[in-house]
Amino acid sequence: MKRKASIFLVLLMVMALVVTGCGSAKPAGEAQDPVNEQPKVKVGFVYIGPVTDGGWTEAHENGRKYLVEKLGVETVIRENVPESSECEKVINDMVDQGCNVIFATSFGFMEYVEKAAQNYPDVKFLHCSGFKMADNMGVYFGRMYEPRYLSGVVAGLKTKTNKIGYVAAFEIPEVLRGINAFTMGVRSVNPKATVSVKWTHTWIDAPRAKEAAKALLNEGCDVLAQHQDAPGPQVAAEEKGVWSVGYNMDMTAIAPKAHLTSPVWNWGPYYVAQVQAVMDGTWKAENYWGGMNEGIINLSPLTENAPEGAQEAVDKAKTAILSGENKIWTGPIKDNTGVERVPAGVTLTDEQLTSMDFNWLVEGVIGKVE
Amino acid sequence: MLRMVKRAQMSKTKSTGIRLLAVFLALATAAILIMAMNLNPLEVYGGLFKGAFGSAYRVREVIIKATSLIITSLGIAIAFKMQFWNIGGEGQILMGAFAASCLALNIPDLSRPLLLVLMIIAGMIGGGLWALIPAFFRAQWKTNETIVTLMMNYIALKWVMYLQYGPWKDPLALGFPKIPNFTLNGILPKVLGMHIGWIFAIILVFLVAIFLNHSKKGYEIAVLGESENTALYAGINVKRTIITAIFLSGALCGLTGMIQASALNNTLSIEVSEGIGYTAIITTWLGGLKPVFISLVSVLFAALLQGGSFIQIAFGIPQAAAQLLQGMILFFVLGSEFFIRYKLVVDRPSLGEAKEELEE
Repeated sequence: MKRKASIFLVLLMVMALVVTGCGSAKPAGEAQDPVNEQPKVKVGFVYIGPVTDGGWTEAHENGRKYLVEKLGVETVIRENVPESSECEKVINDMVDQGCNVIFATSFGFMEYVEKAAQNYPDVKFLHCSGFKMADNMGVYFGRMYEPRYLSGVVAGLKTKTNKIGYVAAFEIPEVLRGINAFTMGVRSVNPKATVSVKWTHTWIDAPRAKEAAKALLNEGCDVLAQHQDAPGPQVAAEEKGVWSVGYNMDMTAIAPKAHLTSPVWNWGPYYVAQVQAVMDGTWKAENYWGGMNEGIINLSPLTENAPEGAQEAVDKAKTAILSGENKIWTGPIKDNTGVERVPAGVTLTDEQLTSMDFNWLVEGVIGKVE
Repeated sequence: MLRMVKRAQMSKTKSTGIRLLAVFLALATAAILIMAMNLNPLEVYGGLFKGAFGSAYRVREVIIKATSLIITSLGIAIAFKMQFWNIGGEGQILMGAFAASCLALNIPDLSRPLLLVLMIIAGMIGGGLWALIPAFFRAQWKTNETIVTLMMNYIALKWVMYLQYGPWKDPLALGFPKIPNFTLNGILPKVLGMHIGWIFAIILVFLVAIFLNHSKKGYEIAVLGESENTALYAGINVKRTIITAIFLSGALCGLTGMIQASALNNTLSIEVSEGIGYTAIITTWLGGLKPVFISLVSVLFAALLQGGSFIQIAFGIPQAAAQLLQGMILFFVLGSEFFIRYKLVVDRPSLGEAKEELEE
């Protein structure tokens, strides 16, 4: 009888343990690691394209892999998320599965991230390339116009027809900055060259990007640049036997005979720093806009297709940018309708560069903001 | 020679058996794919189930997905009952969303209940009118409605795209092509953590069931679907029946559009329809055009989608592979429907015995 009672007691205690154990399970956002008292971090990445797109999303995926390698944190991903309410659902799914840090890596995710940030105050959100922030929603991006300018120098030296094509996604400041900086780079070494822009209105539709690229080639362009996630325009240039400037990643492998260089992203160190800050409890929502000096962006090594003298010209321009001698957005700058946009001696501020007034194309660009 | 023969009635047990076998075969085949990805099929299937029903949040997500599917499928069922092949659900959803958005964007200060009711009515009229165009052509000139409804989808899509990139573009979006969000007044409220659409869906299942099975109009639709001559002989006004049925069909799709725009996207965009207009064709067909079965199939389908979304995140399965998995399951289930309706017969004298066996 006594023995039975003791077994019963033990069972009761086990039951109690199980029940309290279950009961004290905290919501995913604030799960505690019992070993070192640091908040347990699970990081979700919301991608607009496939991780094998050879460009934008793959660059972020490489950053994620770097993060896992350095910090050993648990990460999850979701590919091909459209810029619609589906994005909100994917974020909800990730929080449901225990994510407490979420990186969303496309401009059009912005309002859904904003909404999710309101719904989940304990989850940290980082949105790439947008302009909305909250206490638990940071924004991060890079001054891609710097390496774009350098790639323009290479393209300007390479072109023989003095016609360069630019396959662009949307008429938003990010893309316009890229086109304008690229064109200024081109014309710094080749004032006669023009840059023709074709809009695709997609980040990820590779066939459409390739179609736009072909149209530019038919207009006589002999160097193509792109603001597209995937390397479609590179392939078009390779097939035509002309040259190309990539974007996002070093695109030499996809177009070995055409590729000159690419402005590239290096997200890994930033991801490590942010997640480390979350783990240390020091994370604060910030608006990060890093330049070449911080390593988040760069120009990939010039290939053997690059013209003679390009390396020296790029090195010179790069030194000027890094030293602050060339701020790129210093006037006088005219737009392509002849209106002076930046007076002599004035440099555009970050606010101006990211505002809706930045809706013009610089002199030398053939095309318009639709 | 191999040929297909329509089966006579098949017993319930046998048809259920075939269906279960199909699901089993689908899972077994997909297991090979999963193992090729170095994952354990049992774990992934467990994940598929857990992802759909494993938490209150997931069940809610399934119901939200099912809601739009059910309402659209009900609309399509009305058309299909009349053997009017309405492939235009997608376009009707978009036009319903467009009509509702007109109100939400232009009179946002109206009181919330009034605005929402008006948006619902507008959405239904928008979808209904869009469906009426092919219905009118069919009633008047006997055009092929499959082609016309399909083509109307593209027109609707391009129309919304035009608005999104042109006149309705949000000036505050820094040039990004998006239409401004509705104010709170234009957003459907939530009940039990899900937008109120799920209640609409439940009510509509019963209303449409009664309409199709117990109303004069529903009967006329069924007769007309079986044979136009019979309908004429019975004194049914063919044109009017077509117009009424297809208006209702489009109106339900339009209601889905209103729900998608208001409750889920909070605005109009080319993404609001999410392919529901096409998916609903499958659920309608698998549900045998019966509202109650349609809602069951829709819930299962939504669970498959939600589970598929879960395993992508949980197991790191690429989207393409998850969709392949869903596609395989669907393929086998649809295939089993074929074998329930038809059988294969081998025409060769020496195989006479085998033939008898098959016919058993």
